[in-house]
Amino acid sequence: MPGRVALVTGGSRGIGRAIAERLATDGFRVALNYRTRRDAADAAVAAITAAGGEAVAVAGDVGDASAVAAMFASVEGSLGPVAVLINNAGITADDLLLRMKPEDWDAVIQTNLSSAYLTTKAALRGMLKARWGRIISITSVAGITGNPGQANYAAAKAGLIGFTKSVAKEVGSRGITVNAVAPGFIETELTDALGEGMRDAVLPSISVGRFGTPAEIASAVGYLASDDAAYITGQVLVVDGGLAF
Amino acid sequence: MDRAEVESKMTDLLVDELGIDRDKIKMSATFEEDLEVDSLGVVELLMALEDNFGVSIPDEEAEKIGTVGEAVDLVIQKLGG
Repeated sequence: MPGRVALVTGGSRGIGRAIAERLATDGFRVALNYRTRRDAADAAVAAITAAGGEAVAVAGDVGDASAVAAMFASVEGSLGPVAVLINNAGITADDLLLRMKPEDWDAVIQTNLSSAYLTTKAALRGMLKARWGRIISITSVAGITGNPGQANYAAAKAGLIGFTKSVAKEVGSRGITVNAVAPGFIETELTDALGEGMRDAVLPSISVGRFGTPAEIASAVGYLASDDAAYITGQVLVVDGGLAF
Repeated sequence: MDRAEVESKMTDLLVDELGIDRDKIKMSATFEEDLEVDSLGVVELLMALEDNFGVSIPDEEAEKIGTVGEAVDLVIQKLGG
């Protein structure tokens, strides 16, 4: 019997790629979504395939309703209905609120939060029929504690938490769990851009004394996607090396 | 498809998809009170109707469905009958 289908938005790089790799290792057939980085998506698919897993790349801007509809139609047509949805796609457009342009506010909210509304609504149809599903959104410690310069990002990430809890309460009776994972500082392109000064300022606050790896976030996601986690829903699993508590 | 066929298919869907007791299903039965279908269940039923009858039921029209008979009426209307 073929494995369940997992869709990872923003799966071509960073945390998304690590999640795609982990889910493929766990036997899921993975559709990894990318927006512009076709090269990165193809490389991720190649790596997964070389390791014996099954993955396909699927393009689409998750903040766009018609792109999301097309993406789901494509995945369902080629792999089957989505059983595990990872809402991972995210961008930053940092600035102090007083200087933040409307388009920077809108883009981050649309790509990081509204996308979850679009993808989750599309995925629930198949999950309800199957009476099994996993919806895991990648939030952030920034959404829990806030962060100067990231009012838009933190708002979107915090929004994912309220979204997660609400949807969890709606669909729990149908064998569908809805959770969030909140990474702290993780070694990816997104945090590479932070600069040494910021890094040095933050490290003392991290109990385990280092940034995390994408694989460590993928482990948390892999657990929540498994049958072992069937009694966990509406939760935010914070994976931050002991930073935000 | 005639009305009797739609009613029969509707009954099968209620039994198979929502696990409702066949004996309880009458055209006058209300989803919420008589059949004890929760709001999510009504959404699931409408999705099943869309898939099985090949029709599209917009949310505004779906909201008006209170009884089994009303669901049958809507399907027949969408089928063009």
